[in-house]
Amino acid sequence: MVTEAPLLEVRALKVVYGSGRKKRVAIDDVSVTVVAGQTLGLVGESGSGKSTLANAILGLVPVERGEIRLAGQDISHASFEQRRPFYRQLQAVFQDPYSSLNPVRTVGQTLAEPLWALGERNRGVIGDRVRAMLASVGLPPEAEHQYPRQFSGGQRQRVAIARALMPSPRLVICDEATSALDMSIQAGVLNLLQDLQASRRLSFLFISHDLEVVRHLCDWVVVLYGGQVMEQGPTATVFDAPAHPYTRALQLASPVADPRLQRDRRRQAENSTRAGGPRVHVGKSCPFAPRCPYAQTRCWDERPLLRTSDGPGQVACHRFPEWRSEPEEGPVPVHSRVSTATASAAYQPQAFLDARSMA
Amino acid sequence: MMLRLVARRLVLAVPLLFVVSTSTFLLVALIPGNIARTIVGAQATEQQYLSLRNSLGLELPLYTRYWHWLERALHGNLGVSLFSQQSVTSMLDSRLAPTLSLVIGATAVSALVGVALGLVGALRPGAIDWLVDVTALVGLAVPSFFLGLVLVSWTAVSLRVLPAIGYVPMGTSLSGWLKSLVLPVLTLSAGGIAVVAKQTRDAMRDVLERPFIRTLRASGLSSRSIVLKHALRCAAIPIVTVIGLVFIGVLSGAVVVESVFAFPGLGSLAVQATSESDLPLIQGIVIYFTIFVIAVNLCVDIVYGLLDPRVRAA
Amino acid sequence: MTSIINPLAERQPVPLARPSFSRHLLRRPVALCAVAFLGVLVVVSVAAPLLAPYNPQSQDLTRVLTGPTGHNLLGTDTLGRDVLSRLIYGGRRSLLSIAEGLGVVLLLGVPLGLVAGYVGGWTDRLLSRLGELVMAIPAIILILVVLAVVPHNEDIAMLAFGLLGAPTIMRVVRGATLAVREEQYIKAARVSGLTHLRIVTRHVLPRVQGPVIVQASLFAAYALLFETGIAYLGLTGNAASATWGGMVAEASTVIEQQSWLLYPPGAIIALTILALGLLGSAVRDAAVMDEGGAALRTVPHTPRARTPATMGRCPDGDAPALLSVVDLEVTLSRHGGATPVVDGVSFAVRAGETVGLVGESGCGKSVTALAVLRLLPRGMQVSGGRVLWEGTDLLGLRGRDFDRLRGTAFGYVSQEPLASLDPTFTIGSQLAEVLRHHDDASRRAAKVRALELLRLVELPEPKHVASSRSYELSGGMAQRVAIALALAGRPRLLVADEPTTALDVTVQAEILALLRRLQAETGMSVLLITHNWGVVADICDRALVMYAGQVVESSPVELMFDEPLHPYTSGLMNSHPAQARGRPRLATIGGNPPSLGDWPQGCRFAPRCPYSAAKCRAGDIPPDSSRTGRMSRCVRVDEISLGGHGDRSALA
Repeated sequence: MVTEAPLLEVRALKVVYGSGRKKRVAIDDVSVTVVAGQTLGLVGESGSGKSTLANAILGLVPVERGEIRLAGQDISHASFEQRRPFYRQLQAVFQDPYSSLNPVRTVGQTLAEPLWALGERNRGVIGDRVRAMLASVGLPPEAEHQYPRQFSGGQRQRVAIARALMPSPRLVICDEATSALDMSIQAGVLNLLQDLQASRRLSFLFISHDLEVVRHLCDWVVVLYGGQVMEQGPTATVFDAPAHPYTRALQLASPVADPRLQRDRRRQAENSTRAGGPRVHVGKSCPFAPRCPYAQTRCWDERPLLRTSDGPGQVACHRFPEWRSEPEEGPVPVHSRVSTATASAAYQPQAFLDARSMA
Repeated sequence: MMLRLVARRLVLAVPLLFVVSTSTFLLVALIPGNIARTIVGAQATEQQYLSLRNSLGLELPLYTRYWHWLERALHGNLGVSLFSQQSVTSMLDSRLAPTLSLVIGATAVSALVGVALGLVGALRPGAIDWLVDVTALVGLAVPSFFLGLVLVSWTAVSLRVLPAIGYVPMGTSLSGWLKSLVLPVLTLSAGGIAVVAKQTRDAMRDVLERPFIRTLRASGLSSRSIVLKHALRCAAIPIVTVIGLVFIGVLSGAVVVESVFAFPGLGSLAVQATSESDLPLIQGIVIYFTIFVIAVNLCVDIVYGLLDPRVRAA
Repeated sequence: MTSIINPLAERQPVPLARPSFSRHLLRRPVALCAVAFLGVLVVVSVAAPLLAPYNPQSQDLTRVLTGPTGHNLLGTDTLGRDVLSRLIYGGRRSLLSIAEGLGVVLLLGVPLGLVAGYVGGWTDRLLSRLGELVMAIPAIILILVVLAVVPHNEDIAMLAFGLLGAPTIMRVVRGATLAVREEQYIKAARVSGLTHLRIVTRHVLPRVQGPVIVQASLFAAYALLFETGIAYLGLTGNAASATWGGMVAEASTVIEQQSWLLYPPGAIIALTILALGLLGSAVRDAAVMDEGGAALRTVPHTPRARTPATMGRCPDGDAPALLSVVDLEVTLSRHGGATPVVDGVSFAVRAGETVGLVGESGCGKSVTALAVLRLLPRGMQVSGGRVLWEGTDLLGLRGRDFDRLRGTAFGYVSQEPLASLDPTFTIGSQLAEVLRHHDDASRRAAKVRALELLRLVELPEPKHVASSRSYELSGGMAQRVAIALALAGRPRLLVADEPTTALDVTVQAEILALLRRLQAETGMSVLLITHNWGVVADICDRALVMYAGQVVESSPVELMFDEPLHPYTSGLMNSHPAQARGRPRLATIGGNPPSLGDWPQGCRFAPRCPYSAAKCRAGDIPPDSSRTGRMSRCVRVDEISLGGHGDRSALA
């Protein structure tokens, strides 16, 4: 691993939304570190807080508690003016290729803007850098004078990436940057990200719900659930031998493109979560407890803290590593087969195979 | 839950009335120009001018005047007309019936014809749709006073079918009342029909494109029930909103239309009061109009609550 | 930098001629007329002293109340004054008044709207409340108060009118600002380091100008209506001055003798208001076109010559099919032309099997499914082919006969679970309504069955769900409800259009498991549209791959994964990140899919295909069903060996 000082350090971050009765904790005591040259993956489902974390780091939402340090400087409560110099080093690419570019400005104008914002006014310099960047992301030079609507989704994301790279940042946050793209297009964009990383010595904080993409691209992964870190570690270790039941459930839930293998995994997948109650953050418990097949009393009463798992990784689970040796079946899911069988009795196979005439 | 909605609306209405009345009072007091001089005219003697100033209480400081006015208003006394010397409230009350007949009639016609036209336009694009567009444009473009006069010129003068001017109270003769309302209501409704038809058509078209309509169609429900039961209910909210706005528009339009047809209503009284600078009367009319607007907004909110459960819960 | 990617470089985007906004506007004849009319009006008003034939005040008592004559083109009024000249001067007054009102409205409304929309919070609430307050009172009454205090002062009256009209513009600007503020490019601009002020001026304002122009022209129309109204009432102007409203008032006094006098002023007022209104809607339409998608290239649709091999045969084996689609063709009508969207699609679904329609965006998979269900959106229609349900041609059925099949023969589940339920009714009542329609059951029986259905889809607390509404449910729960709704009529085929795309991964797994279980227990077939190969592997028995409106391959799933029969299929599979295990780069398919209707001659995939040869572009590629149960549209399929998910030899 690289031994430079960390590029980005998030310590014990807490972000809340709303106030009074509608207060909701989006991120609860999350710590993440990105080192120079690293690609850190952040996975989670909706409500896990992954996008909020990106927004907090970028200064787009206020931080209630904790620290965000960029290249050693604390920017957690920095005002916009104080942050501006940091935007040279920290940029972002967002998810929606259709809303991330202003439709009434040309690609050239959009790419020029970050330079303009940083004080560059020399048109010649700006123009040269725009053209150079277009070439780096695989777009033709004519694109400079064209409008976003003339491009496909994948090409627009390339423009968005180009825009992010204009101020020559050291860290780029990709918030579901390829999730809205078709798979074959996504492959091209992912390749581009890797090429750019090598040629410009970039670090990425790559947020995604797609485990396979994260596995391919990232060397370190953080798994979020309910605003808390469930597990983190080297990607291969975390996915091959998950230390947290949620990671395992997440993995098993993603179907693989192999029918035979998928059939075998299905059974395991069905037992990896309990059809539980609402995913409510109770505060003093493990957020995954309502759905965890291995949860015990302690999991409901006490929030687990991060501790070392396998190798350099960490896990927040009371029952690690014992849960791994529990039988695969696990406890019977809340909705047993019995109850559904009576319900479907009303819909006998016979009724369906009746030749319903259509006349 | 509905009661809470109504109560909340009424509670909000009080400050509105208060603000409106205060604003008109302040407006009158602060506008540059010498009111007493205006009323009394250029030819008046100094004595007439001074006695008028006295009777208007213009020497007293603003807040004293306001306080007196407010005190009386809260007791239902809106003062006395400068010119007719009658109580403002009694003058206004006597003119309520014609204006209300006109305004409610025009709103009802606009709503019924407009919704029907809009529904047809939404469901059968083509010729009818084009008709909706044309109606919308023409109905809004032709000024009401012009339309009214044209109608009068054709029907009353040339054909002598309907009365050109005047109002027959309902009590006197039902057919007379109706006949006297036909032309004014038609004139006032033109714009209203246009607006309601366009909004209905646009809202229905928008709702019919939504995903849940496709799901309902896929379930096999009949088109009629989908349109009338589901789509209309969803489209109803913007339609009701616009009907509320039409009422307010018709209220404003009544000021002009009543003059065209010499209708003895609040509108023509307002014009008369303005040209005579009869301030207490004008202020009284403002209060009455504001009460109408509040009543309409309340009805619209109640209908919202009935239609959209999210509003009730909020 | 060595790249494994396809030697074909990234295609250049097709540069479409982009007419500027104003050219869009002027293309429409209506807008052109309106602009011309207003232009002429302004010019004539400004040049009134030069153009008016007579002095508007000069009376000629010998020519009183004449109609149009050679001497006075529009006749004379009660004092013999020339109507045309009075109209011209009246226009001056009216235009000035409109300008006064408009000026106040824009100077006040636009900045306040920007602030309210952009800053939000209590500033927004305060401004909105104030605006509501002002809008609550009919403007005309307040202006009457003003006129009572400063009689006959039209300028102050119009300024006051502008003041009262500002909240409307403020609200429109606020709405447009709110919409823009949510766009991700605003976020990106922040992250680029732009200050709020710069963001507002560079990004928000240009997007807001469209609605502002529309509202401004509407306001100008109202201002004119208002100005002529108070002139008619005699509250402004005086006996001598010429105003349009005053002229109408004058005409009304002699309506019995000379009705002509009414028409010139009335007509000009109406025409001006009309022009302003038309200008507003034309601007709105032009703005929509400007920002909207690229104009579709419309190809005049010629029915393709069909070789006998492509006609009539159900290509997927010989077992009796429940649903059989033969040579389906769907076109999109736009701008007077027809663009083909789906072309020559044939497949079959047998009882009890799950067939997947796989492809990327724009390939036509959703459109195919909607065409079968006769649920195509406006503008799209089936222009060829047959859809057979147990032998009967569905497309030939009358509407009412087809409706009987809906819900009972086939059900439909869409991609957006929350949007597919009516938010104004409870879940229970929607289910009951459909149940009553299908089964003709009593209300109580329908209620009971509704709960049974909810339990069937594994919803916890069915009673609670039945009394909830769509927006109270999570995505996964709503999708279960949608499935219950689709099953209400006990259909034999369920058409599911990307049913899990919008859901979280764990929820997706649950829904797929549910579908599998339902299928096993009820024996129904499923036609599943998806772009996710994992879903195909999980639940489908057979799959069809679509590209550019055609089916390029059809196979049982296991065979397809082991040995795809089309370079596109293998390219897609290989570009999946899981396929790159151990390798640093992903395989990609070079280039871009062709835009709608702009399909190349011959094989549509040839421009991007690493194996394309001359014969690939020769002519239409017929489907090759020589392998049992499989179909391929690759003429080179026997010559090349395509890697499946386990094989990497396809990567050049």
